[in-house]
Amino acid sequence: MKSPVTDPLDNTLDDPTRSPELVLGNNDFTTLTAKVSDIVLERRTPRAWYVAFIATAGLTGILFLMIGYLFVKGVGVWGLNNPVGWGWAIVNFVFWVGIGHAGTLISAILFLLRQKWRTSINRFAEAMTIFAVICAGIFPGIHVGRVWVVYWLFPLPNYQAMWPNFRSPLLWDVFAVGTYATVSLLFWYTGMVPDLATLRDRARGKLQQIIYGFFALGWRGSHRHWHRYEKAYLILAGLATPLVLSVHSVVSFDFATSQLPGWHTTIFPPYFVAGAVFSGFAMVGTLLIPARQWFGLKEFITLHHLENMNKIILATGSMVGFAYATEFFIAWYGGNPNESFAFVNRAFGPYAWAYWIMVSCNVITPQLFWIKRIRTSVPVMWVLYIFVNIGMWFERFVITVTSLSRDFLPSSWAYYKPTLVDILTFAGSFGLFFTLVLLFIRFLPMVAMAEVKTVMPIADAHSGERRSVGDYHGDIPRHARGRDDREGGSR
Amino acid sequence: MAANRDAGRVYGLLTEFESPSALVAAVRQVRDAGFRHWDVHTPFPIHGMDEAMGIRGTRLPFLILGGGITGLGLATLMQWWMNAVDYPFAISGKPLFGLPANIPVMFELTVLFSAFAAFFGMWGLNGMPKLYHPLFTSRRFRRATQDRFFIVIEARDPQFDAGRTREFLASLGGSVVEAVGESAED
Repeated sequence: MKSPVTDPLDNTLDDPTRSPELVLGNNDFTTLTAKVSDIVLERRTPRAWYVAFIATAGLTGILFLMIGYLFVKGVGVWGLNNPVGWGWAIVNFVFWVGIGHAGTLISAILFLLRQKWRTSINRFAEAMTIFAVICAGIFPGIHVGRVWVVYWLFPLPNYQAMWPNFRSPLLWDVFAVGTYATVSLLFWYTGMVPDLATLRDRARGKLQQIIYGFFALGWRGSHRHWHRYEKAYLILAGLATPLVLSVHSVVSFDFATSQLPGWHTTIFPPYFVAGAVFSGFAMVGTLLIPARQWFGLKEFITLHHLENMNKIILATGSMVGFAYATEFFIAWYGGNPNESFAFVNRAFGPYAWAYWIMVSCNVITPQLFWIKRIRTSVPVMWVLYIFVNIGMWFERFVITVTSLSRDFLPSSWAYYKPTLVDILTFAGSFGLFFTLVLLFIRFLPMVAMAEVKTVMPIADAHSGERRSVGDYHGDIPRHARGRDDREGGSR
Repeated sequence: MAANRDAGRVYGLLTEFESPSALVAAVRQVRDAGFRHWDVHTPFPIHGMDEAMGIRGTRLPFLILGGGITGLGLATLMQWWMNAVDYPFAISGKPLFGLPANIPVMFELTVLFSAFAAFFGMWGLNGMPKLYHPLFTSRRFRRATQDRFFIVIEARDPQFDAGRTREFLASLGGSVVEAVGESAED
């Protein structure tokens, strides 16, 4: 390291002419492999893991208990009332789907943009995506009322000989979220196969060898395989990029295509996508900071990685804040009395408390990341992530509930309050989410080893040949490079 | 080292390297020597290896394009048949089949089928899952997924000759040459 830093693990630089090292602490391929896979294969499970697992599994139990209760009694156990037919179920659904977006952004969009720092955190973020989408998928599934005909969501033949209405955004949602979950899973698993092979080859127990060996599919690092693998990975990233933008756009159509003031706006798709990435990065950070702390991954998930994430939070948080302002401006400028009422009602009506929680968490919090001291202080950023998580849940609550509770006809206005079942179901979905995260960090490689190896300086096959340009060339994984580069090799 | 003990049942010979740069130079020599059934095994994809090995482009993108077109066609047909033919939905006087409202599902299924083609196509072309492979019998080879780089020349290559190929591999500068049996006999 050339930079005069006192902390050997501080690689946050302000010098734009060179890129900071992404793997610190004199690691080579051997030590990187050992440090990441030993967490799964060698290290004893920490006692704290068991404690956390019991707690989250208990919460998951409450989730299923509440779902069972809901199935027996019907949706009346929730706080829904007549104008507010969409309560916490849709709020939680949008919240969880949004969380997932950060994983795809890191794994696909940053891949296409050749952001090599993504390699240390993409596995973790993608895992989070999948778990968040699982949590999201529960809510539309259970809120349909008559769960025994939930298959009507899908275009399956049924006894009424009826097909679903493809002009409904709710059906688009089924396809968007279903495709998103499937593609995220394929992408995550594809990325993990080489690392599962590493675990297979390092495992000492027979059972571990068999299980990891099964899921590694017989991967043996053949370059003829890598060749197709990289092509498939690149194309999957290219497919996931428009997909992730489409998912929250379609989710926003659930609202935007309706005629309700406060929902019927064209700003919704981009505003929802920015909010989704914003909330998702906060959730990745919430989980990543304890994980890197407890499992000794600070050399791979460095302060530079966290700082970059905070910059994305700052950017997307500013977009969200700007969208709030734009909504208000259009409500006034559009001259529609219902629309302007809906927005004045949001800020000063019965749900003003929720609106101001949302604004203070989502507009003020990210702006603190302009300050480098805050952006690079691990405890401070973790607290700010929590605020963002809270704020983004409240955003969905404000959008859903304020517009419904006071619609066109004052005689039908009503105040919506969640019941205990609503609250426990939501808490239970966190239990499920954290249970899956705990299982992931215990049994699967948290850092994409094969990918991190490609961004280590020693991975450059031309090291020494062209050191000055090599900094640039070594930075980019081979598969992300242009055609001319490949042909320019010494033939 | 277990030398030529498994003479009749040899899968191939492997040689090991410690760094990608040493590997690439050796790989070019194997390519130029005209071997056909050989491969390079590395813990991560190495830049310049396609060219060094002389691998031509894969047809995978065309498979994926086919998947995407299938998804698009299927989504279009499904929405048209279900909402305009088999059970006509007359809603607010709108046309029974109007493209704009059908675009989201068309897009999603295009992506879904392309992704399936990419996933299953890639593993299929790679001949996976293949849970057993002769190379897995070598303990040394276990580091191919960790921190070592290997060149393997298979015995079924027409140019393969146990003695001469071993000499050739030894001349490449790797740390060791090892014979790999067809099956685990020890």
